[in-house]
Amino acid sequence: MNLSQRRLLINQLFSIVSAGTAIIGLLFLGWIIVTLVMKGTESLSFKVFTTDLVNGGLRNLIWGQFVLSMIATAIAVPLGMLAGIWLQEYGNHTRYAHFIRDLSDVMMSAPSIVIGTFVYAILVVPVEHTNGWAGIVSLAILMLPIVVRTTDDMLGLIPRELREAGVALGIPKYRIILDIIIRAAKVGVMTGLLLAFARIVGETAPLLYTSGTSEFWPEGLTQTYPSLTVSIYNLATMPDAEMVKLAWTGALLLAVFVLTLNIVGRYVVRDRRKK
Amino acid sequence: MQEAQANLRPMMEAVDFSFTYPGASKPSLKRINLPVLENRITALIGPSGCGKSTLLRSMNRIHDLYPGCRYEGAINLRCENGEVKNILEWKKENDLIRLRQKVGMIFQKPTPFPMSIYDNIAYGLKLQGIRNRSELDERVEQALRDGALWNEVKDRLKDDARGLSGGQQQRLCIARSVALRPDVLLFDEPTSALDPISTVAIEEMIMELRGRYTICIVTHNMQQAARISDYTAFMYMGELVEYGETDQIFTNPREKQTEDYITGRFG
Repeated sequence: MNLSQRRLLINQLFSIVSAGTAIIGLLFLGWIIVTLVMKGTESLSFKVFTTDLVNGGLRNLIWGQFVLSMIATAIAVPLGMLAGIWLQEYGNHTRYAHFIRDLSDVMMSAPSIVIGTFVYAILVVPVEHTNGWAGIVSLAILMLPIVVRTTDDMLGLIPRELREAGVALGIPKYRIILDIIIRAAKVGVMTGLLLAFARIVGETAPLLYTSGTSEFWPEGLTQTYPSLTVSIYNLATMPDAEMVKLAWTGALLLAVFVLTLNIVGRYVVRDRRKK
Repeated sequence: MQEAQANLRPMMEAVDFSFTYPGASKPSLKRINLPVLENRITALIGPSGCGKSTLLRSMNRIHDLYPGCRYEGAINLRCENGEVKNILEWKKENDLIRLRQKVGMIFQKPTPFPMSIYDNIAYGLKLQGIRNRSELDERVEQALRDGALWNEVKDRLKDDARGLSGGQQQRLCIARSVALRPDVLLFDEPTSALDPISTVAIEEMIMELRGRYTICIVTHNMQQAARISDYTAFMYMGELVEYGETDQIFTNPREKQTEDYITGRFG
């Protein structure tokens, strides 16, 4: 066998191996999706959306998850964006900015159960029962570093020349940031926020001891609050087969929702690249 | 020829000006003396790294965006009442904003703002306090006519400016600066990212502006300097080697280094 034949063989071998491993990965993903769809559709009915868990539906859980995630987003997005703007536009290259950046990277990789436990200690233990606010704070803490880094990174992609062009026209700095830089980075930031939301909407661990979950329509954020993810976790281990089926349905709905958010997020990015 | 020069007043003038970048041990510009004459075009030429862009960027203090730069000597600017002020003494943010409204700058890469063609020009005007709709329309149209862009874009003023071609974007950026009616326009290699046809358009535009604005242009292209400028300064290794009328610099340079550079015999 000469050199070129050997190279050809190695090349083919390598192609087969890498394609094979890719197929294995996709196989598992397909398996998960097929199982989810098959088991999840078993008890999928209109009733799931119109009744609460106490009557065998998921309405209160879906609503509860949505409310917790939305309020957490409303807290984390403005705080995180302001911090991101400061990092990129004002504090950039200072030692304090490096410190904050490293800190948010650490926070981003902190296990979510740790965040849940922390919030449990400061917001659940003092009032002696799980409550909606604790869940919200937990999710907001989880989301905050993602928003900070997304904003920071997306603003960092804006060419230096655009800032200089603004300065060279005698435009005040805060105006350059608000009217030019943010606008130029808009699509990237929006996508990042959408993906951050998709990330927290499917979280269980931060809610497990904070909001808890409930079978009933929520009575307010100071009380134990219904959560879809925590209920899936609870229902899945119940002896009652109907309850387990309901957990599958909840999991399917959650997966579809998160998948949709991700696809929309990616689609927006691709749309921008085309331009 | 020398007489003509004597009649023109410098709009800006660097006097024993030195500049050091943050963290650098030696100054990048060493005791530069250069007048930029009123309503004329002054070209800065020289090999890469000679400091011509650094000098240009000192003239509207854009270096101040990045902390730690050191200026020495003076860069004088003649203000409306004829008073001559050293812009290096200005410390307050508002002074610098006013300086940049007087001394506009166009960059190598076109930098349209992420807004419509109309708003790209109107934006700076609005910040200067022009709110009247018809006045804004008028100023925008005038600027686009000055930029020889009006006929190409008049039917799509509301379109995103980033959809224009590179050459059009650059003319828009020039129009945007001109709209603010500055005293001085600084061009930092405005055509080096453009094709030859767009380059001609930009050069024609700069020649149109001559006589109404004081212009200082950095260029890598010696033919460009010879074509459009009235005065040329040759810089090398952070020093100003020779300054004079463009004809003289290109036909009869006094310094050996200048001659070597313009004849392409440069090591």
